[in-house]
Amino acid sequence: MNTHNITHPEAASEFLRNKERVQWHDETLWFVRYKRDKVVNEIPEWEQLRELASQIKDHTLSRLDEYLQEFEAAAISNGVTVHWAADAAEHNRIVHGIMAKHGAQKIVKSKSMLTEECHLNEYLEAQGIEVVDTDLGERIVQLNKEMPSHIVLPAIHIKKEEVGEIFHQHLGTEKGASDPLYLALAAREHLRQKFLAADIAITGVNFAVAETGAIVVCTNEGNADLGAHLAKVHIACMGIEKLIPRTEHLSVFLRLLARNATGQNITAYSSHFRKPAAGSEMHIVIVDNGRTTQLGREAFRNSLKCIRCGACLNTCPVYRRSGGHSYHNATAGPIGAILAPNLDMRKNADLPFASTLCGSCTDVCPVKIDIHNQLYQWRQVLTKEGYVPAAKTASMKVMAGVLSSPARYTFAGKWARKLLRWFPSLAMNKKLNPWARQRDLPEPPKESFREWYKKNSREL
Amino acid sequence: MRVALFIPCYVDQFYPKVAIATLRLLQHLGLDVHYPMQQTCCGQPMANGGFEHLTGSCNSNFIKAFAGYDYIVSPSGSCVLHIKDHLHDDKQEAAASTIRHKVYELCEFLTDIVQVKSIKASFPQKVALHQGCHGQRGLKLASSTETVVPYFSKPVQLLKMVEGLELVDLDRPDECCGFGGTFCVTEEAVSSAMGLSRIDDYTKHQATVITGTDMSCLMHQEGLIKRKKLPFEVMHISEVLASGLAF
Repeated sequence: MNTHNITHPEAASEFLRNKERVQWHDETLWFVRYKRDKVVNEIPEWEQLRELASQIKDHTLSRLDEYLQEFEAAAISNGVTVHWAADAAEHNRIVHGIMAKHGAQKIVKSKSMLTEECHLNEYLEAQGIEVVDTDLGERIVQLNKEMPSHIVLPAIHIKKEEVGEIFHQHLGTEKGASDPLYLALAAREHLRQKFLAADIAITGVNFAVAETGAIVVCTNEGNADLGAHLAKVHIACMGIEKLIPRTEHLSVFLRLLARNATGQNITAYSSHFRKPAAGSEMHIVIVDNGRTTQLGREAFRNSLKCIRCGACLNTCPVYRRSGGHSYHNATAGPIGAILAPNLDMRKNADLPFASTLCGSCTDVCPVKIDIHNQLYQWRQVLTKEGYVPAAKTASMKVMAGVLSSPARYTFAGKWARKLLRWFPSLAMNKKLNPWARQRDLPEPPKESFREWYKKNSREL
Repeated sequence: MRVALFIPCYVDQFYPKVAIATLRLLQHLGLDVHYPMQQTCCGQPMANGGFEHLTGSCNSNFIKAFAGYDYIVSPSGSCVLHIKDHLHDDKQEAAASTIRHKVYELCEFLTDIVQVKSIKASFPQKVALHQGCHGQRGLKLASSTETVVPYFSKPVQLLKMVEGLELVDLDRPDECCGFGGTFCVTEEAVSSAMGLSRIDDYTKHQATVITGTDMSCLMHQEGLIKRKKLPFEVMHISEVLASGLAF
């Protein structure tokens, strides 16, 4: 399930072996981005909205302590129980504690990247508790014992025929059936039983409003509402960065989120929860888990503005060709690659290098996170902290020595070109030179430009 | 106006014809162009690899080579962006800052500074333009499809001045080709897959010539094209803009 021992390039090469699947993965996600482009172009003030959202988030992060306290006080006065978790382990213990108090054995959970980050499912299952992910895509990957491969499209790497097989094995659907409607109805029937039997519902939080203590959960399937309304206890798990100051700011983010994520005008359900219904309980677990560390890293602070729309994944040409699991982290893609090293530099040192720094992620981001610049900055930090191979450091030192001196550079260039002409097979060795696996090298000319210029500059 | 030619190291070594075309083109427009012999490399390969702290001597060499010119012009969006964003030197920060503000990619220099209205070039071919990402999104040589802003493209503006040139539309006009500096080696599989997608797009739209603002992107795509023995010609935009000009 967790592939953290394999680096991104290795996992990506593995994913790329199945050319047909890669092409389909790339085209499917590109289609989502294309839909997104069409819908955002219907909003003439799109760039102003992005700027506004970015400023609201910047402001909130600059006073996060105050807004968290305001939120907590409002939530408590609404009758909500508020918990604070410093890290993933404490988050899991708190959630389990609430369950133990109620003797709960069956949980339904709607989408929450935070609980993925904390590995809540594994933790609860080890305690003998049944956790059912109720988002259709999440349920598919859960049955298949995988992690989600995308923030908003968790099963995007699985084809409908494969879903048919998974459902056949776990839900008893007809063998070979792949009709999406048939499979969706079977999932609905299956999940309905789970909703009715659940003791507790867990949801994530898309936005938490400081002034009212309310939370907003966005889904397309209504599964968060169904869970939270049927169960007697609702636990909402949120990272500290989910705050916005006031209800009026919601309109900015709700206009941006679904448009940028999937090309919808708005998510089908934007559910507001403020207080527990009579006879039931509502808990909010507010989690840090490395976020204050990231808040303290000036170069990476604004990664906390992320509203998890997933657009940077859809647009990323690397993600589209390497698949979400190659990022070996709960959050994949460019945003995952800047969040993950904050959690564990050693384990995730490869991720900031899994990018060409093309900048498409930055341009598509609805809250203006300079993602590609942060990838660049992470590379500098990881290198200085010693998380890159020694051979790379050595070769970079040689390169820096050659390139800082005109004489050494001219000498090295001349001889490299000669060697390439004399022994082309050396450079074409596919094992020694990964460039040569699928690409030819340019033919080395006899004369460099500087040599040509020296000869010809008088006549120019 | 004294203009210094900044020729990326790999162009100097492998594609002198691109540097010559750039020089000829600028001279054709009546500019006083010089090639400072002191120059080597901008330091981007180290910096993008996470070794910006090793680029100090490269930076001071660059400053020494390019101080004192009115403009610094290069046929590479990527190298220019690196200089603009990362050229620093504690001992001569004022000189570094001047250079950061005087360095231009060839196309933007022609459209924004020289403000050329016509080029007498002729190139009767079906051409696909590959927009290098660092030029397009970093230097804003063209609007990107992610943003909601009026369309513009400085390279297209120039290519439209070339007689007989037919620019083909692409399905993904600003998708990265996968070169990415050391990425093309460390992530060889993804890099090649990305490049091959670009080539499929050109094939689909029946281009015969691939051009672009960065020879690095083109070198990577040319490598794939040659390996597959595909019937495309790959040319830097300076070569296209200098086609048929009398020198």
